[in-house]
Amino acid sequence: MSLLQSTQLRPDPSANATRRALIRAWPEFQNPAAWLVALILVIMPLIANGFFLIEIFATTLILGIIALSLMFLAGYGGMVSLMQLTIAGFAGYMVAVFGVSGNANISLGWPWWLATPMALALATLFGTLGGALAVRTEGIYTIMITLAIGAAFYYFTNQNWAIFNGHTGINTVATPHFWGVDWRSDIAFYYVTLGVAAICYFAVQYVSRAPFGLALQGVRDNSRRMAALGFNPNAHRIAAYAFAAFIAALGGVLQVWNYRQISPGSVSVGACIDVLIIAVVGGITRPIGPFIGALIFVLLRTFALDVLIKFGLDGNRFRLLIGLGFLAIVFWSSDGVIGLWERWRRRNVSPAQRSGGGRHG
Amino acid sequence: MARFIERHPAWALIVIIAVAVLAWLVFAIWPPGLEAAIGRKRVFLNAVLNGITLGGLYFLVASGFTLIFGLMRNVNLAHGSLYLFGGYIGYAVSTWTGSWILSFIVAFIAVALVGVILQLAVFRRMEGQDLRQTMVTIGLSIVFADLMLWVFGGDFYQVQTPSWLIGPIQLPLLTAIKSSGEPVYLQYPLVRLVIFAASVVIGIAMWLALNRTRIGMIVRAGVDDRDILAATGVRIQLVFVLVFALGAGLAGIAGVVGGTFQSLSPGEDTRFLLASLVVVIVGGMGSIPGAALGAVIIGLAEQLGSVYIPTYAIVVTFLIMVLVLAVRPQGLLARR
Repeated sequence: MSLLQSTQLRPDPSANATRRALIRAWPEFQNPAAWLVALILVIMPLIANGFFLIEIFATTLILGIIALSLMFLAGYGGMVSLMQLTIAGFAGYMVAVFGVSGNANISLGWPWWLATPMALALATLFGTLGGALAVRTEGIYTIMITLAIGAAFYYFTNQNWAIFNGHTGINTVATPHFWGVDWRSDIAFYYVTLGVAAICYFAVQYVSRAPFGLALQGVRDNSRRMAALGFNPNAHRIAAYAFAAFIAALGGVLQVWNYRQISPGSVSVGACIDVLIIAVVGGITRPIGPFIGALIFVLLRTFALDVLIKFGLDGNRFRLLIGLGFLAIVFWSSDGVIGLWERWRRRNVSPAQRSGGGRHG
Repeated sequence: MARFIERHPAWALIVIIAVAVLAWLVFAIWPPGLEAAIGRKRVFLNAVLNGITLGGLYFLVASGFTLIFGLMRNVNLAHGSLYLFGGYIGYAVSTWTGSWILSFIVAFIAVALVGVILQLAVFRRMEGQDLRQTMVTIGLSIVFADLMLWVFGGDFYQVQTPSWLIGPIQLPLLTAIKSSGEPVYLQYPLVRLVIFAASVVIGIAMWLALNRTRIGMIVRAGVDDRDILAATGVRIQLVFVLVFALGAGLAGIAGVVGGTFQSLSPGEDTRFLLASLVVVIVGGMGSIPGAALGAVIIGLAEQLGSVYIPTYAIVVTFLIMVLVLAVRPQGLLARR
């Protein structure tokens, strides 16, 4: 086996150096399964109709983007933040407040190309400030503080009528129309979502290998040593919060375009925890995890009712199913479905073949 | 106290002035100018008393939470579910037997048993993995919430107040003087005062148990360094189970209290989980006096806020938390 490995790792002529560097940076390019998934995602509108396209796949991608921001913080920064959905919801609210909506007394009526960057900037600022607050404490305290921030925002939106329109929320939010395309029509919106999700996915993948991401992982593993090496751990953590907040804000903008309305129910504590469940069930070691988790979550949410009734059980016990599934994952696989998959593959693949892959996330 | 004044003379002065102003506001008869500016004194006194009694309830919930955290480093995010479960048990017992006192005892025992089961079956298996334990409590809170929704439905329940506690009593606090010169005293519901007194008694008992008994000494030593404590031969697992049972049982009692002077419904678990989070962040994790101080501060802020700035009451609570985190990240009364 060691002989096999050494032949594989023998340096090739330098003509191939650029290609190898590219592959090292983007291991997906080498993996046929990744190409297959990408192809299926691109031709999805040919396979799926409107309901599946939007209610399942676009929703999965949006939830996946929001959970991806949590995965970035938790996986690379070691900070489990429960306020990522709150940031997304804040961005959604800002789109509704600055843009056009049915509540003319609240919305300022800006065009979408002005309202959206504004919403993204404000939500990123919000997330950065929240992060600056959360990094003052460590570990499990972070969960508590971010949960408290999320809950405070939820109760605030319920009580505030001047900006957030209380518990009715803001309805009939306008979606972009330009170049003669209604970007909220099913197929166009699916491609917008897919594009944003792909950009976020590769951005997280890239940042995790960039010097900043490596330093962040160093801070996660041993912040005192990193401080001794001259890095500023808190600055790295806050920057990570800012980056994650921007990703979450993108997801939030897409979400408000998807549902065309936003209300405190969208930022409730339960929904914040759902994002954590999605990320943990999918696995927080790889950026692909949150998307897998989101797909499982959305499929369960959509079809659990029918399946439970078919088995003669009470269809309303969907959350019980989610909770038990989450408990099972936390109990038996600390890195989610990805971990289960990898363990299963390792058991089935013979050792000689295994050394060929040699990729680590 | 004296050391605090020596160390922080400015802060001590501010605290003394604040206490003096508060005392004057409570005991003096307000001049007409003040009443015109911020409203009737009766409203203010009611808000203060409601805040303090609500603080008593928050203390009951948060003290168990902070005790469990302090010893086991386990952020029990299912604590709100234990609260709600205790409330439902108390409701069931009090409607079945008609005894209010019995409902407290049964709720304490039932929820403490749940705590024992949790500690033995779940948390003991993943000792030292803080994050994983916390995730498990999140999963448990979802499961519990749905099970309770299944059994009790989405209705509002209220635990029946016993007849000897119904009705207001007159407090020796002047609210105004009638034009005839006759003083008007404040009327206040007796049950809230009794519950507050009970939570003070429980708080003092806990403090005494922690500071004056052998088991309390073991628990305090465990908070400081549980590895060394285990190395000295204390059966630490037994202590963990006892503390978890006590903390959970307190949440159960708090559930009955909350069911008596507020109401029980799905969603209350999250509300009280948030309240205990904020209380222990403000007061200091793992500190019982900190939980008491934080509970009173948050209770007062919530009630005064909902009377004087109704739209932003929740923001006041949140701002207090932000302020504490900015000035003293470890909490007001934490030692670290």
